Parts: sequence; C-alpha cells; structure tokens
Amino acid sequence: MNHKVVDCRGLACPQPVINTKKALEEADVKTITTIVDNDVARQNVTLFARNAGHQVDEQQKDGFYYLTVTRSDVSPVAKQTNESNTQAPAVTTVPPGGPVYFITTNEFGQGSPDLGEVLMKSLFTTLVAMTPPPTALLFLNAGAYLTCEGTPVQEQLEKLYAAGTTVLTCGTCLEYYHLKERLLLGNISNMLEINTWLSGQHKVITIA
Amino acid sequence: MVGLNTSDDAAVYRLNEHQALIQTVDFFTPMIDDPYLFGQIAAANALSDVYAMGGQPLLALNIVCFPDCLPPDVLAEILRGGADKVVEAGGIIAGGHTVRDDEPKYGLAVTGLVPPESIISNATARPGDRLILTKPLGTGIINNAIKADLLSTETVERAVLCMSALNKEASAAMQQHNASACTDITGFGLLGHAAELAEASQVSLEICFSDVPLLPEAMEMARMGIIPGGAYNNKEHLGDKVAFDKSLRPEEQMILFDPQTSGGLLIAVAEAMTDKLVAELTERDVQSAVIGRVLPAQNKLISVI
Repeated sequence: MNHKVVDCRGLACPQPVINTKKALEEADVKTITTIVDNDVARQNVTLFARNAGHQVDEQQKDGFYYLTVTRSDVSPVAKQTNESNTQAPAVTTVPPGGPVYFITTNEFGQGSPDLGEVLMKSLFTTLVAMTPPPTALLFLNAGAYLTCEGTPVQEQLEKLYAAGTTVLTCGTCLEYYHLKERLLLGNISNMLEINTWLSGQHKVITIA
Repeated sequence: MVGLNTSDDAAVYRLNEHQALIQTVDFFTPMIDDPYLFGQIAAANALSDVYAMGGQPLLALNIVCFPDCLPPDVLAEILRGGADKVVEAGGIIAGGHTVRDDEPKYGLAVTGLVPPESIISNATARPGDRLILTKPLGTGIINNAIKADLLSTETVERAVLCMSALNKEASAAMQQHNASACTDITGFGLLGHAAELAEASQVSLEICFSDVPLLPEAMEMARMGIIPGGAYNNKEHLGDKVAFDKSLRPEEQMILFDPQTSGGLLIAVAEAMTDKLVAELTERDVQSAVIGRVLPAQNKLISVI
C-alpha cells in the first residue's frame, strides 16, 4: 500500500502527530493524507512532517484540513508515477538540495591536530560558498565539539544554519563529552534520525 | 495598590503603613497521574503569584472539584501534596471548599503579606535592566508529550521537580538585590507574561533565544510538533507585538509561547546588580539565566534575537 489516509478528526493533541508518525514508519507507505479538524493539529502535523524532512501539501475542504505528506525518500516525480498507475521504470531521483555531510571528528584528516583544525575550518568556509548549501550536517563522536562553544567554525556554521541547513548533533556524544549545556545551535539528535539521513536518498559525504 | 489595569500577578491592598495584603487564586486540572505530586504542583503554582509580588504567603484555602467515581484517597493525596507545599512556604491551610465535577481540579486561594515599600510589581522595569528567568521553559510541551508517553523517566522527573518547586528562594533573592520588576511565568508563556511586564512598564524587551534555559527533550518534542494548543493561542494573542530574528525556526519561536505550569519568575534587575543576583540565586539552588534586557519603548514590545 503506497498511500494511506490517517483520519484524526475528533482527536486531541498530540494524537494526530503520533498517528501521522506511526503511519510514516510503515515501510511501504509512500504518501499519507492526515485529516484534522483543528488549526493546532494542522500546525503541529505540518511542523512534525517538515522537520522530519518530508514534504507537506495542504488542502482545506468542508472545514477540515487534508495534509498530504510525501516521504522524504520519495521524489515528487515518483509519486506522480504511482498515482497515474503508469508502468514507468522505477527511477531513483536525487532529491533537491545539497549533499549531507556526516562529520565524526573535529580535526580533518589524520596527522597534526593543528593542521586538522585548519583544514576543518577551510572545509566549512567552502561549504558556506556551496550552492545549493548542504541539506544537513550530522555531527557524531568528536564531531560534536564543532557545534559547541569554542568551536573554530562557529561563524561558518551560523551562516549555514541561517541558510536552512539542518544541523544535528548526536545526543549520546554530547552527553559523553559533557557538552550538552554548550551546544550553540541546531538540534540534538539520535541514531535513529541520523540513520534515516544516512540511508536516505541524499548523497552522503563522510568527514572522518 | 495593584489592581486589574496592569495585568499583574495578584491584587494588593494596603492595610496600614507597614502591611499590604496580597490576594490571588489559581486552580487547574491534573497534568500527571500521581495525585500527591499534582497537589504539590497546583499549590506551588498558586503560591507563585505571592512570590512574584515579593510577598510572603500567610493563609491558603483549598479549592477542589472532584468526581464521585474516583476513590476518596486520591483526593486525600492531592490535599496532602498541597498542604505540604503550603507548609514549606511557611503558610497555613485554613479551610476550603469542594464541589462535585466530572474532572478533578485543584488549587488554592492564597493570602499573603508584604511591606508596602517591598512590593515588586510588573510595571516598574527600567531601560538598562537585565532579565533573569529562574526556571527552564517547556512544561506545557513536556506535559503534552507525557500524554503520548514519548519521554524518558529522567525527563519526566526533572519536569515534575521543576513544576513542584516553590518560587520562594527566587523571590527572597530578588528582594535582597533590589529587583526592579517581576512577574511569574504561567499560562501565557514566557513571551505572554514578558509582554505584560513590558506593556505595564512602558518599555520594550530584548530576549536572546540561545540564553533561554529549556527542559531536557522540550526542543526535540517541539520539533516533532508536540506543542499544546495554548502555545498557538498565546502566539496569536500577541500577534505582531513580538519580532523574531529570521534565523529562529518555527519550533524555537513556539517554545517561547509554551504555556507553563508553575513556571519560574521573570525578574528585571539593574545591570550593576545582575551578577550578584545570579550568584545569590545559585547559592539558593535556583537554576537561573540572564535571558535579555530592557530597552526604551520601541515599536515592537519584544524582540527575540
């Protein structure tokens, strides 16, 4: 089943979000339409889906909101193909936006730590100049130092964040290095979410 | 001395040269299953208005709504929780009133005392003051997430501890260091109550988002859209009185509108006294943060950067 309807009319918050999330977690679902009857649920479901990287289309009919969520790993082209039932070959289209950078260290490359830091700074300066900007930056292990106070790349990171790049730092790593209170920007993430990015359709570049 | 026109936390009536009476009432439905903890939280929330005015609680009356279908020992536990908090506050429970209702509700009508010259209103913040917040934000979002069972036990415990904590120590600290204005953060969220303070004081405020303390997992839940309806109402109510820096994401904005249960105090204090007050709060085990400053009145009531 590629499409699923999640009727959340009459349900109080946070149930519409929970039901939408569950429906999206089913492996074979490509798009879902969540029906809600109030503005709070409309805004919450939209916020959830957009922040999870999915696309949301909204329609209003008979006083209800129909929110069609297309999973981030399904391109709009593929969706149309499914809907029109044509026997087009399965095409994996690369989603729009720049690549995903998976950063597991605070020093770029093996060698002198000082040089490693210089190179990391240089990498981030290059990322700022990139069009389109990276879709996401995932910081893991010692990479977590780069999103926290004292980072050598704060200025560049702020620019990328303002340009719409998703910035995620592994929560376990922040805790391990006692950095949780020092996180400067972006969101705290977990392995499930990081893996969703790594296994998604975006090109992933690992900086180790 | 203080009435409806400045949207302050409680009514204040001067008895004589040395004493003024503070009157306030607050009650609500349970946000957690444990009746004893709910009683504590509801009482801490009701007592908070007295602390926000710089006063000392004297008497409290229980206000109870309770259904026939629940066992009476649940009610006894709620009342025990409330009584424990009133005792901790140095007050006395002098009685109360119960009505039958489908959904339980609990709270207190509180009478406090304050020397007239020590009243700390929300209408006396001055440009140049710093803003201090004495509890992390996010209880509305966390309470919403508890319903869906999305949180770790540690997060729930942390939030409960935060909600049941009295604003007693924070209030004592701000009196000691000549706070210029104060309000407590409850149902209208940080920005709602901050806007009341700004309006009453005829000033504007600047709040730095990254300095605002948040409960663990609150931002993750906000990002997932687990935001209570009250936050959206608060946002709509303030409309364009608040300006957000473009870099702030929707969920970051929403968390500042999150309705708080028994939230902390928002204190305005002269810049020169800020460090001393923060040190005093830390000394008294109050987790506080400087989150912004008071500006001369501008076209926006609050700017969030």
